[in-house]
Amino acid sequence: MTTHTHELIRLTAAEMAAQLRAGEITSVALTQAHLDRIAAVDGGERGIHAFLHVSAEEALRTAAEVDAIRVAGGAEAEALHPLAGVPIAVKDLIVTEGQPTTAGSKMLDGWMSPYDATVVTKLRAAKLPILGKTNLDEFAMGSSTEHSAYGVTRNPWDITRIPGGSGGGSAAAVAAFEAPLALGTDTGGSIRQPGAMTGTVGGKPTYGAVSRYGAIAMASSLDQIGPVARTTEDAAMLHELIAGHDPKDSTSLTGEVPALAETVRGADVKGLRIGVIKQLQGEGYQEGVLARFHEALDALRAAGAEIVEVDCPSFEYALGAYYLIMPSEASSNLAKFDGVRYGTRVLPEGGPLTIERVMGSTRAAGFGDEVKRRIILGTYALSAGYYDAYYGSAQKVRTLIQQDFDAAFTEADVLISPTSPTVAFPLGEKDDDPLAMYLNDVATIPANLAGIPGLSVPGGLSDGLPVGIQFLAPIREDARVYRAGAALEKLLAQDAEPFWAQAPELAEAAAHPAGK
Amino acid sequence: MSEISRADVEHLARLAHISMTEQELEKMAQELAVIVDSVATVSEAVSGEVPATSHPLPLTNVFREDEVGHVFTAEQSLLNAPDAQAGRFKVPAILDEE
Repeated sequence: MTTHTHELIRLTAAEMAAQLRAGEITSVALTQAHLDRIAAVDGGERGIHAFLHVSAEEALRTAAEVDAIRVAGGAEAEALHPLAGVPIAVKDLIVTEGQPTTAGSKMLDGWMSPYDATVVTKLRAAKLPILGKTNLDEFAMGSSTEHSAYGVTRNPWDITRIPGGSGGGSAAAVAAFEAPLALGTDTGGSIRQPGAMTGTVGGKPTYGAVSRYGAIAMASSLDQIGPVARTTEDAAMLHELIAGHDPKDSTSLTGEVPALAETVRGADVKGLRIGVIKQLQGEGYQEGVLARFHEALDALRAAGAEIVEVDCPSFEYALGAYYLIMPSEASSNLAKFDGVRYGTRVLPEGGPLTIERVMGSTRAAGFGDEVKRRIILGTYALSAGYYDAYYGSAQKVRTLIQQDFDAAFTEADVLISPTSPTVAFPLGEKDDDPLAMYLNDVATIPANLAGIPGLSVPGGLSDGLPVGIQFLAPIREDARVYRAGAALEKLLAQDAEPFWAQAPELAEAAAHPAGK
Repeated sequence: MSEISRADVEHLARLAHISMTEQELEKMAQELAVIVDSVATVSEAVSGEVPATSHPLPLTNVFREDEVGHVFTAEQSLLNAPDAQAGRFKVPAILDEE
């Protein structure tokens, strides 16, 4: 890898975009630099394995198109989107025409979507070269990307550790400079928690702000697509690009897309009331995480923010409510994977080949343990005799959590907490303890239950591993989390060095795939 | 501990159309009991007066004009079919042969 390539991939997406516009670099060179990086660090036994599929040819074709338009100049060049030519990776839960979509499951091995998700249509229209599809926990069910049917993704900060989940592939790809931008999905924290684990920025927009058409549904009242990047400015630019009303998504919000990138550029916290959520700290939170969290609070206070404490007593029940509502909705959403019209079909051994038996064997072979666990749990929570006690109560808790947020937002403009109680844990550590795995999402889940926007930004390191700081704002007030997040990012930047300058070099030579 | 038996899981697995071995049923029953114990606290948190929320936003039904939009050809629809014949999905028998 040349020095030039090394430097190119470490630019921010905004810098890449500016250099492309100025004609200092070409999109083909930029895209090739990322493909080279992927080839160097993604494969092999010690590779990051952020990608399930790399689409070099298509990405380079889009890049060449952008370059040709820029060279020709004129109205078409003027009309190019600011991010045109900046490559991007897409979580493999989001469907893409011409590239396989697996959702990290054997169930969809080899499946080719006949259509693009709306967000992908937007990426194509804006001419962002799509580098490929990123790894995830099967059907986005997990917090470590260890539940992928196609192998784990490794954390670029320490390859023996998890990158978070479910969007560990997107976060790791961005952290390892394999892509400057990526798309994720966040049902209970799947964008923000991997952001925290990998020292990247992850945004969960207001529910409905970004179309979910073409995102394979897990829990429809919670799912949301959002941006993954290395800086708040990059995340804001991508957020603006993918947001907006979509008639194909019946839960899509109408109204203007907020000017987020502009908010980021002028961000300061003078006079901003920042509420510390009493329930999202203390017991269960690692000392190093809390130390970085309190430093962040000090920095924000010194910069003129007013730090107040807010009480959200019902958060105690958020995790319980989430792990009833999410499996209930998932058990229903995943009923469509029956081996009839698409996906894997596995025939039972012996006995008559009835549809019921074929479905049973197909779903037994196609789904992994965690998916089965959640389908069974959801089926249980929805079954007669338990519905009121479990699903019904969980929905009521959801109301209480919204009320907690409503009250908190009368006292504060944004709320703040650690994104995750711990830093990235070693691969395999929670294999036999599903409940311990669920606790990773304790700080991110309330936002999904209430539909509000959230943003995780890097808050420094604890023992060499990234810590994430989460900001939350009321529905449709996405600009507030970007304002606070960008201000913190600026305050924590040491000697104007970006956060990721501290990331360890990855062993490129060792990771070369065989034959390269 | 919640009383989730192996037989309960067997019933749930049948409802969910997932074939499970004896071992899987045993393991799932144990895991579910632990998880259900931990999530069951939600019922302590709420009373009858609290309204239920099924969705984060107060959305009402969405209507559109009844116009033909993009449609897939039969060929496109069958592209991912596990089995197809004569332009149709081929599915296993709906009824038991006996």
